[in-house]
Amino acid sequence: MSPADEAKREIPADERIEMLRTMRRIREFESVVQNKFADAEIPGFLHLYIGQEAIATGVCHALEEKDYLTSTHRGHGHCIARGLDTDRMAAELYGKETGYCNGKGGSMHIADVEAGMLGANGIVAGGIPIATGAALSAKMRDTDEVAVSFFGDGALSEGAFHESFNQAAIWELPLIGVIENNQYGEMTGLDEQHPPSTLDDLTIYGEPYGVHRERIDGMDVEEVYRTAMEAVERARNGGGPTLIECVAYRFEGHHEGDSQFYRPEGELDEWKQRDPLLTYPEKLVDEGVITEAEYVDMEEGIETEIQEAIEFARESPLPDPEQAYEGLYAEGGEGA
Amino acid sequence: MSTATSGTEEMAVRDVINQALGEEMERDERVYIQGIDVNGRGGTSNILKGLDERFGDERVRNTPISEVSIVGSALGAAATGMRPVVEIMYCGFLGVAGDQLLNQVAKMRYMFGGKLDLPLTIRTKNVMGANAAAQHSQALHHWLAAIPGLKVVCTSTPADTKGLLKAAVRSNDPVMVFEHGGVYNRKGEVPTEDYVYEIGEAAVERPGEDVTVVATQNQLWNAFEAADRVDDVSVEVVSPRTISPLDTETIAESARKTGRCVVVDDTPLSYGTQSQFATTIYENAFFDLDFPVQRIGVNDVPTPFSPSLEDEVIPDTDDIADAIRKLA
Repeated sequence: MSPADEAKREIPADERIEMLRTMRRIREFESVVQNKFADAEIPGFLHLYIGQEAIATGVCHALEEKDYLTSTHRGHGHCIARGLDTDRMAAELYGKETGYCNGKGGSMHIADVEAGMLGANGIVAGGIPIATGAALSAKMRDTDEVAVSFFGDGALSEGAFHESFNQAAIWELPLIGVIENNQYGEMTGLDEQHPPSTLDDLTIYGEPYGVHRERIDGMDVEEVYRTAMEAVERARNGGGPTLIECVAYRFEGHHEGDSQFYRPEGELDEWKQRDPLLTYPEKLVDEGVITEAEYVDMEEGIETEIQEAIEFARESPLPDPEQAYEGLYAEGGEGA
Repeated sequence: MSTATSGTEEMAVRDVINQALGEEMERDERVYIQGIDVNGRGGTSNILKGLDERFGDERVRNTPISEVSIVGSALGAAATGMRPVVEIMYCGFLGVAGDQLLNQVAKMRYMFGGKLDLPLTIRTKNVMGANAAAQHSQALHHWLAAIPGLKVVCTSTPADTKGLLKAAVRSNDPVMVFEHGGVYNRKGEVPTEDYVYEIGEAAVERPGEDVTVVATQNQLWNAFEAADRVDDVSVEVVSPRTISPLDTETIAESARKTGRCVVVDDTPLSYGTQSQFATTIYENAFFDLDFPVQRIGVNDVPTPFSPSLEDEVIPDTDDIADAIRKLA
């Protein structure tokens, strides 16, 4: 690598601190709602992102406000990394009127379309065609916006992935697919979901479509960030789609309440050595980017933020039952 | 319809579709078409012929044979500033796009708290009587109408094709437009002015006093013929035009007047639209009815290939005329 390229890859200190902050906010939000779910304060299902924070963070920090993303059932991390407010997210988890979806979506469907967040999605691979359409729209409207779709390793077995990447490749769309390889599709390991020839590099599924492919360490937020920056720059400049595999690990079960019978002994502990919320603060302190005291302050501020978000959710009203009949169709409009 | 000051011209349904889409694409540059063979061939029924030359390859966009992606990418485009018009060649192919229709298109707005517009039109066609066998010959508007969040219209005449298709394209909600292969070449007078028919409004196509016939698409034309044939009975023919949301009042008002109703559609008798039409009548006109509602439809089999078999299962003018006579 030339010195020029090396310099280009240097991440400014304030960006590094912000990435640390984003990861810490995701972890805190997830840990707190995990407890509130266990206390039966939060209804429904809960799929936690703990362990995968570096992926959403690295990718979303490479985006601009004008860009789009689609997420998955495990979507809280993408929402926070995108800049959504944790109080309205918490309110949505609690089924409250003040939530992002006014209590109609819940944990698996948080969206903020105005912020380019086109929704978490309860269907595996369900968001990929939608992101493809956002990328198409960006191109047809003659903008340099890009669309990112986050999805798990399990989504590679769905037709929606293949149809979308085929179409995006033919049309050279500014689409970035982020495979979050967390080693499990629900409760079944990778080796039962994909043939041996793919396991060393799941981006092989993008090979026939001729898209750019990168396989990276999904526990390393800076590697994710750099890779995403390159993909975004390429997409903005008409270079077409990219498929990135982020190799990571899901520290919690598929959903809360999952007994995790399928995990080999020691596997979780081994991966926890590489927990980005352990390694990255250490790295930034070691390199003098942030002091330990500053990090403690940051953590305390985040704990307060999330506690306030939970209080906001608790104190917000439940939707009036009549609201069940609102919001299905657009009001007015010609012929509507 | 807003006004009726201009003249009319005789047109075939297929030409109306082409004209209406062309006008909407001229009116709003966000409107574009995507689907299989839409560019070049002009869609599987050649209806879009010439739009590619007028509007270019970007706006008349050939897709791979990928119904999931065709529908899903149109949804994503609709959510981010475009107004896509999708063509799904045959309604049976909607099944391939299943999740995108059922869980994404229909639910996105509601599930997100009603906070985004989804100006998405999905055109497809019911086909019956083409000897194409069960996968290419069926009517499925009842299937989609059973999913809250999708508006569903059935076009039948040249005039309603123009009004409903334009309304769909201008709507800020997803609208499924079911055309019917059996009426593409039907001709009729079409107002030359620009107009839309309100989605959710039925129409009394032919006023009468003795028997109401509620009919869609090809069966609407059969109902006209049946009404002509039983000239000793005054038949009122009602076209629902929109299947969801259904205009219950127009149907009920006719039922209250005549007290005798026939409902006919190409969907299966069990769980088909006939049941919804009949229930509407029972709930809103029960004490004005002289007879039970007569349901006519496909008797719960897939559409068979051989002409002798297919003719047996598809409702026709005789079936409607017989039902009218039974009630009159």
